[in-house]
Amino acid sequence: MMKVKALVLTGFGLNCDNETAHALTLAGAEADKVHINDLVNKNVLVKDYKILAFGGGFSWGDEHGAGVLQAIRMKSHFGEDLQKFVEQDNLIIGICNGFQTLVNIGLLPGFDTKSMERKVALINNDHGNFIDDWIYLNAEKGSNCVFTKGLETFELPIRHGQGKLYTDNETLKKIEENNQAVLRYSSKEGKKAENKFPENPNGSLNDIAGLCDSTGRVFGLMPHPEAFVHWTHHPQWSVMKHEMKKKNQDLFDSGIPEGLKIFRNAVDYFS
Amino acid sequence: MNYRLETALKSSLKDPEGENLRKKAKDYFNIELEKVRTINVLLFDLPISETEFEFVSKEIFSNPVTETYSFSHIEEDFDFCIRVGFRPGVCDTAGNTAVEAISDILSKKFPKDSGVYTGKRYCIKGKDLSMEKMDLLASELLANDTVQSWNIYSKDFVSKNGFPKDLIPKVILNHEPEVLEIKFSSDEELNKISNERNLALNPNDVPIIREYFFDEKVILKRKEFNLSNPTDLELEFIAQARSDHCNHNTFQGKFYYKDKDTGEEFVIDNLFKTCIKEPTIKLKNELDWVVSVLWDNAGSAVFDDTYNYTITGETHNSPSNMEAYGGSLTGIVGVYRDPLGTGLGSKLIMGSYGFCTGLRDYNGELKPKLHPRRLLDGIIEGVKDGGNKSGVPTTFGQVYFDNRYIGKCLVYVTALGLMPKEVNNKPCHEKETSPGELIVMCGGRVGKDGIHGVTASSETFSENTPAGHVQIGDPYTQKKMHDFLLEARDLGLMTFITDNGGGGLSSSIGESARLSGGCVVNLEKVPLKYEGLDPWEIWISESQERMTAAVTKENIDKFLSLSAKHEVESTVIGEYTNSGMLHVKWNEDTIAYVDIDLPEKGFPQWIFEAEWSSPKSRGMTEPVITPPKDYNSLCLKLISSPNMSSKKWITRQYDHEVQGTSVIKPLTGVNRNVPSDASVIRPNLESEKGLLFTQTINPGFSDIDTDNMTRLVVDEAFRRLVVTGADPEKIGGVDNFCWPAITYDEKTNPDGKLKAAKLVRSCLALKDICLEYKIPLLSGKDSMYVDGHLKGPYGETRKVSAPESLQFSATGIMDDCKKAVTSGFKFSGDRIYLLGKTFDELGGSEFYSLLNEKGVNIPKVYQKTNLEIYKKYFNANEKNLVNSGKSLGKGGLFTALAFSSIAGGFGAEIYLEKVLKGENLEDFKILFSESSGRILVSVSKENIEEFENLMGSSNCCHIGFVREDKNFIVNSGSDKIISLSVDDLESAFEKRFGELV
Repeated sequence: MMKVKALVLTGFGLNCDNETAHALTLAGAEADKVHINDLVNKNVLVKDYKILAFGGGFSWGDEHGAGVLQAIRMKSHFGEDLQKFVEQDNLIIGICNGFQTLVNIGLLPGFDTKSMERKVALINNDHGNFIDDWIYLNAEKGSNCVFTKGLETFELPIRHGQGKLYTDNETLKKIEENNQAVLRYSSKEGKKAENKFPENPNGSLNDIAGLCDSTGRVFGLMPHPEAFVHWTHHPQWSVMKHEMKKKNQDLFDSGIPEGLKIFRNAVDYFS
Repeated sequence: MNYRLETALKSSLKDPEGENLRKKAKDYFNIELEKVRTINVLLFDLPISETEFEFVSKEIFSNPVTETYSFSHIEEDFDFCIRVGFRPGVCDTAGNTAVEAISDILSKKFPKDSGVYTGKRYCIKGKDLSMEKMDLLASELLANDTVQSWNIYSKDFVSKNGFPKDLIPKVILNHEPEVLEIKFSSDEELNKISNERNLALNPNDVPIIREYFFDEKVILKRKEFNLSNPTDLELEFIAQARSDHCNHNTFQGKFYYKDKDTGEEFVIDNLFKTCIKEPTIKLKNELDWVVSVLWDNAGSAVFDDTYNYTITGETHNSPSNMEAYGGSLTGIVGVYRDPLGTGLGSKLIMGSYGFCTGLRDYNGELKPKLHPRRLLDGIIEGVKDGGNKSGVPTTFGQVYFDNRYIGKCLVYVTALGLMPKEVNNKPCHEKETSPGELIVMCGGRVGKDGIHGVTASSETFSENTPAGHVQIGDPYTQKKMHDFLLEARDLGLMTFITDNGGGGLSSSIGESARLSGGCVVNLEKVPLKYEGLDPWEIWISESQERMTAAVTKENIDKFLSLSAKHEVESTVIGEYTNSGMLHVKWNEDTIAYVDIDLPEKGFPQWIFEAEWSSPKSRGMTEPVITPPKDYNSLCLKLISSPNMSSKKWITRQYDHEVQGTSVIKPLTGVNRNVPSDASVIRPNLESEKGLLFTQTINPGFSDIDTDNMTRLVVDEAFRRLVVTGADPEKIGGVDNFCWPAITYDEKTNPDGKLKAAKLVRSCLALKDICLEYKIPLLSGKDSMYVDGHLKGPYGETRKVSAPESLQFSATGIMDDCKKAVTSGFKFSGDRIYLLGKTFDELGGSEFYSLLNEKGVNIPKVYQKTNLEIYKKYFNANEKNLVNSGKSLGKGGLFTALAFSSIAGGFGAEIYLEKVLKGENLEDFKILFSESSGRILVSVSKENIEEFENLMGSSNCCHIGFVREDKNFIVNSGSDKIISLSVDDLESAFEKRFGELV
């Protein structure tokens, strides 16, 4: 069977392209790393792919707002292609800087695929600094998001300075009513973080960590799923290994980490 | 056209930046502010129409969801307003990306002298504010006068006069480039010229330079190109190449060593050759995994069948001391160009940092240029922006406080890369330039930045040091260049690559052209940030983010078009030749024509007198202390001391997981707050092979003896790697020496001979332990003159010399990263073992330092015994017998136990009488001695027998067990001398810097 083709953006300060492509490959896709200018110059066309990954990094140095300049560049050169891409039953994932870009393009929250309006912003963390740590997430039940299917409470790393999701009350209400707030920061037990640091690491409204559009096929999140595709990525893997060994089990033969599940869900969508 | 735009967060939104200023004003200066709001200012100097300006303002520069904007001034009430902007010519990445974005969206190209300039306006409200208080906040928290300027306006002033007009910080030099002929007839005159022009020529070099230009053959050769006296550019070339920074004159020097106690005397001709080069070459011949050492920008060693790793370490002390943020940012971004410029280029895979500053709460009477707290804030932020935006994980770091660093701070930055063993069937670690190949400059443009940076770092810091050599790096531009160059490498488009760091083109071309045997450079082709630079300035400018490559004529078109795709500027600026000459032209005129190997010609070696006297004959003694009665308070105090306590707030600002390679992170434990012994990454995502890294520094030992200090630092680094799982036969090292000036002068450096002796002892010890442990020095650097002259309270200045500091970085390999060991206890009931013996060795310890004592009983490194222990431990871990491992370092046994308990979330029960020790050792000495070679291990019950058999009993003892609860108990005979909860230990460990984010 032909593998599902995935495109991972590179260039202009993006820096998670390698591991994002690796995660997609582990999930069963055939991943190409493509420089943004190869899309601008039409050397590569998005329509030849099924999954489009906007990865993490500091596109254009995060100047003038994280993801802002990348969004402008993409929207002005091939915004329509992106719209069509979504309409034609394909998938887009935006991680960290990619999520910031998707909200600036207007593909998220994407109440309807036509408008591409900026309705949501990701701004400076409340504590004012970049932070790298692991957090707990709760996946929204009853959402049509392709990527979070089967996920409940799980852990991922965050690494950002501008991850606070902000929007007006009306938009927030609509996002929640449509079940589009698919990931929220939570306690270890899966309880609401209730905007408390460090469970909610950035002050995001209603603890929102990730959004999908109305189709469930465009997904953006601040945490990094591509950084939890191997058990040794987990900060406590060494403890987990020993604990499982006590029970005569092998951590490295115990299913796949949740980060990888997100990519697996995307690939499985096409099977 | 000029336009002005202001943007700000909507008033309903929290302003973290303003909030941060409010908090720091209170914490640092006890100034109460009610409210601070930040406004972004953009000044446009661009040929666009008003409609276009309004279009880009809405589309690009303001966010409709969160921001408001104004084409004049946003309405925001204030009592005082502080306006901060960059000084002319300072790197403004936000301004540059703005031009890039506008150019793209409008499909317009803009002339070179147009630009966008960014700044900030802080609107401050509060009671009892004054101009003076605002000036304090501006100068201490918001801006650094070397790179930024500020204005303060009161509410009254603005309501009467309005806001004064903005000044656009555009560089206008109004200078016609010129080349000066430097006439001199004697050495005295040349020395005078050297001082006037800030060349920092060594007076001993001057006669050689004079002889060269007065040589008849040389005169004849130069006449062909209408040259007689040296040009300014030629003298600058020599000065750069001969600077201590580029040439390491101190380490290449001749040392006359004398031990005043024993009368022993010897001479070391070239410390570098004797103590670093010779042992490393010997080890390279023995060890098949050492690939390339001692010549390139970084050393390289085998990682696996497909890849080699590369490593180097640098310091950026002088610039960071003046402009902490810009200095450290430029340091990390700069060191990242070294692996990129090693062989045909390697991909950056990790970085690390080491900061040495005065205490954050320093309150002494000497006034450093920047208060340690502000300095550290700036350094941390610089490495954060530089590292994170480069997309390179910062997996390790250390901070060391000592008030003697107020004269000059230390900022160590280390970089590791990964390169394929072969590219296009050619070894990737080799490179050369050949006649006919083109010289290409890639990356940023050239401005006045960093001129005389190299010579300034070869001098002691004083009030008169020119601030011109401070610059702010631009990781964004460099990341684009990094991606471009690696693609060019894989396509086989380059034959040579090196970075433009210290000395700029003068160094990169000067050194690369020595390989082919000469070059012709058309200097007028170098792209400039602004017009009006003299050729010599272009030649030595240290403008950042530039690399120099050699490209064949056949490949040049492909190379340039790939460069264009990545939006990286690349320019052909000359050609390599084999003429034997450095030939620099400015349009048609020749402005330099000297032998390419001139900097290597017969310059005299530097000579140093080194005089050693033992600590005892220097009057140092062991303190007289009776056993403490309140161990609980003592332990809590020790673990909360500045050098022991948690630096989590720094570590978490650094992305240590980007690239998806993280295995062992910088922090470990249930609450992810205990420093790991070493970091492990898996740079090849397809494989389970791990690359380990650690760093150690312990300048507190240097006051007693740098011989022991050096062995301790190397031994600890080696041990930390082995504890984490490294193969003890594949460990490489990097030495970074930072030393005060060692040239004796009765008035200015009266203890110079002792400092020189300390350097000799350190180097000899380094050689000895590296040979014994078989650690090749894959790379290394030295930075001398770590002294400062600080203003005192009575109008005097006083010299402050930093303690002799050696940071040692070590790399290791493990075949299966899934065997990596962490320090936290894993299961209640596990047995706790201590490997190695404990002696009465508290000299220079953290415990003595807590009591303001130094002592003299410095730990010895029993190299053979230690190695045996490490090899046995490695085997035990290979057999999966180890549940946790922690090497003992600062704070001794107590600290290691506390860390393993905090990390595991379990208490421990320890019996001190079981510890293997020297004779008559009191309890406090067992707990706090820093004897070398010791490892704390926990082992599951089912593995006890096998573990004990493997380790033997001479250096392994069972000292207790892991408790089920969180009680941390240490027994001495029938007395419980420590009884604390792990939570108490943890909060003491966290509390000092706990409020910082």
